[in-house]
Amino acid sequence: MSFLKRFAENRGALLGLVILAAIVFVALAAPVLSPTDPWATQGRPLLPPGSDFVLGTDMLGRDVLAGIIHGARISLWIGVLSTVVAVVIGVSIGALAGFFGGWVDDVLVRVVEFFQTIPSFIFAILLVAILTPGLTSIVVAIAVVTWPPIARLARSEFMSLRSREFVEAAVLSGVSRGRIMLAEVLPNAVSPLIVMGSLMIATAILTESALSFLGLGDPNRISWGYMIGAARTVFRQAWWLSVFPGLAIVLTVLAINLVGEGLNDALNPHLKGRIGLER
Amino acid sequence: MNAITTTQPLVSIEGLTIGLPFGGDRARAVDAIDLSVHRGRVLCVVGESGSGKSMTAHAIMGLVPRPLKVDGMIRYGGENLVGMPAARHRRIRGSRIGMVFQEPMAALNPVMKVGKQIEEVFRFHGVPGPHDARIVALLEQMGLPEPELLRHAYPFRLSGGQRQRVMIAMALALDPDLLIADEPTTALDVTTQKQILALLKTAQAERDMAIVLITHDFGVVAEIGDEVAVMQHGRIVERGLVSEVLGNPQHDYTRTLLAAVPRLEPNPSTKPAGAETLLSADRVTKVYASRSGFFGPRREVPAVTDATLSLARGETLGIVGESGSGKSTLARIIVRLLTADSGEVRLAGVERNLLELGHRELAPLRRRVQMVFQDPFASLNPRRTVFEIVAQGLLAHGTGRREARRRVEELLDLVALDPAVADRYPNAFSGGQRQRIGIARALALEPDLIVADEPVSALDVSIQARVLKLFSDIQHRLGIGLLFITHDLRVAAQVCDCVAVMQRGRIVEMGTSEQVLFEPRHDYTQLLIDSIPGRGMLSAHTGSRAK
Repeated sequence: MSFLKRFAENRGALLGLVILAAIVFVALAAPVLSPTDPWATQGRPLLPPGSDFVLGTDMLGRDVLAGIIHGARISLWIGVLSTVVAVVIGVSIGALAGFFGGWVDDVLVRVVEFFQTIPSFIFAILLVAILTPGLTSIVVAIAVVTWPPIARLARSEFMSLRSREFVEAAVLSGVSRGRIMLAEVLPNAVSPLIVMGSLMIATAILTESALSFLGLGDPNRISWGYMIGAARTVFRQAWWLSVFPGLAIVLTVLAINLVGEGLNDALNPHLKGRIGLER
Repeated sequence: MNAITTTQPLVSIEGLTIGLPFGGDRARAVDAIDLSVHRGRVLCVVGESGSGKSMTAHAIMGLVPRPLKVDGMIRYGGENLVGMPAARHRRIRGSRIGMVFQEPMAALNPVMKVGKQIEEVFRFHGVPGPHDARIVALLEQMGLPEPELLRHAYPFRLSGGQRQRVMIAMALALDPDLLIADEPTTALDVTTQKQILALLKTAQAERDMAIVLITHDFGVVAEIGDEVAVMQHGRIVERGLVSEVLGNPQHDYTRTLLAAVPRLEPNPSTKPAGAETLLSADRVTKVYASRSGFFGPRREVPAVTDATLSLARGETLGIVGESGSGKSTLARIIVRLLTADSGEVRLAGVERNLLELGHRELAPLRRRVQMVFQDPFASLNPRRTVFEIVAQGLLAHGTGRREARRRVEELLDLVALDPAVADRYPNAFSGGQRQRIGIARALALEPDLIVADEPVSALDVSIQARVLKLFSDIQHRLGIGLLFITHDLRVAAQVCDCVAVMQRGRIVEMGTSEQVLFEPRHDYTQLLIDSIPGRGMLSAHTGSRAK
């Protein structure tokens, strides 16, 4: 298929895909790779990397590597789940606004603007604080602050597709409006939404790390942001406590961004300027 | 002007070949063609879409897209333009060779005043300023009103014809020897087209320049050309003087093309006498209102004003007019994709005014009125199979899947497509085939009325003829009413029993097509008829009645 071929031509995207696959594998296989509890004390505190523990231990003697392996689960899970929730909310609202136009559009756009005027990270902190920290509240908070751009994108796609002749033909054939939106318009709007959604997973992971860093993460699950946050007091004595989880975040976000860019180029080949003038 | 044999040609093309990337529908876009044009002559290159005619023009300008490879010779002023270093070519391009494109809005920079854009031509070619006087003089020559003011306008303020005049002014700014015009009038209305062609002709005579004009329209060839080259699949199949080629075509393909050009000749009406009225519209009016900014003044544009018409079962009513005349708006009101501000639309067997019905009340009536659209590419959903596209109405109205499948196969057969293609996607089909799929979709619900909005204007002439024939066959067989929107009077003459002429939202003349097109009473109708390109020449040769 030409989509796969175009995607494979992009080396960055392939590299991103390989890294991402590795991270997903680590996350899925965490109980096998590191069967011990990441919260349990394993040895002397603040052992540097390279001794009995590849990446050292923290102030309570917990294994950093085990923390990173198990942390991958929560980071990816929250990233994917909150993006799915945000895309569902954003696409529904954007689709309704763009398809119906008129007063429906006016009202929904005001709602979107209301959410966009609130500084998103502060809003997320507030939501988590009110809902009490936990997996659900973090997912809800991230989804609530990230859906507006998706809604705007979906709205503009639906607006331009709504006036296409094939949509008019479906109206004249008596196809119901719900079916027109789902079966005629949505499939044609899906590629920019996929690209944006894939990039949003990266943002969601960053937001989750930032929340955990501030101590607003799920207290029962270890996460990269929590590890960095807990290590900040001993940063000068034990650099490995913050650097390795930090690298894990950088690598994951980078991989997702590379894949997202690759999807963008592969799904919208005409934007890449493959055909140019002879100079 | 008859120095053809004595002087050197201005440009001569020898064995020009442009390869296409592997996997294209043929190996070469342009295949070893020879062409030449002399000073003071107009060479028309004519062919259907994909024949390689535009690529030839782009090769002369050195504008062939990068992955494609150009071979052969393009001799101009003792040099070969093929493979010439880019910097050198740039000096010739714009100063010695000018180019006019099809779509003036796309070719002009939308955020730059038109005077500045012309000035750029002078500056880039190192002509010392000030250029103001030259720009004004140039705009004046192009027949543009108030050139002093107009040069400070942005392109969106100008009409299509005015934009094309500005484009021509840019191309002629440095008095080139050769002007290449790629479909310069295709995006314009007939009346504007006539003026632009006349302008090109005068400009050419004044400067003793050569023109290479790319077109798909034999009417334009007859109107302006001295010589013509007919292209098919990247090859030139016939070359010669316009009068000879049009009068006595040698090659089969030229003959087919000429025969397919619709002619303005009366068509015996096949309207069944005394048929019941199917559709009537009474004083339909629609005004588009827009507001510039929140507190800005309201702007009102009347799109349709007091349109009254009626259509009988089995009859074809043509609505002709130029762009912006409101014909498409009227069509969309009749099928109720839009609603009007006032007036009545009635359909036989329905008690109430269609314009007053709500979304739910309309649903059961939808199947009686269907539409065929202009753009065969935009009107089919690229993500659905032909079966899904044609069957969507049947399925929406509760037909079972197996029954729908059988109907779709019947319909595809009716529109002369192989029923086996039902599971393919629209991108597997050519423009003409896609339009057939669109017609099959409109027929699926067995409508009483089909509204066709410019159904053939995006198609090549040979395909146009076949689709028009399909329309008339289907109408004869099924006895449906057809409302046929077109800008082309020749097409209207071929298919319509009655014709209504629209101008600025009003129907200015209506009657049987014979009466309206051959004994027009309104000045505007007469103007439209006079503007049909190459009318005298084309019809004289086929011996039909010419005015």
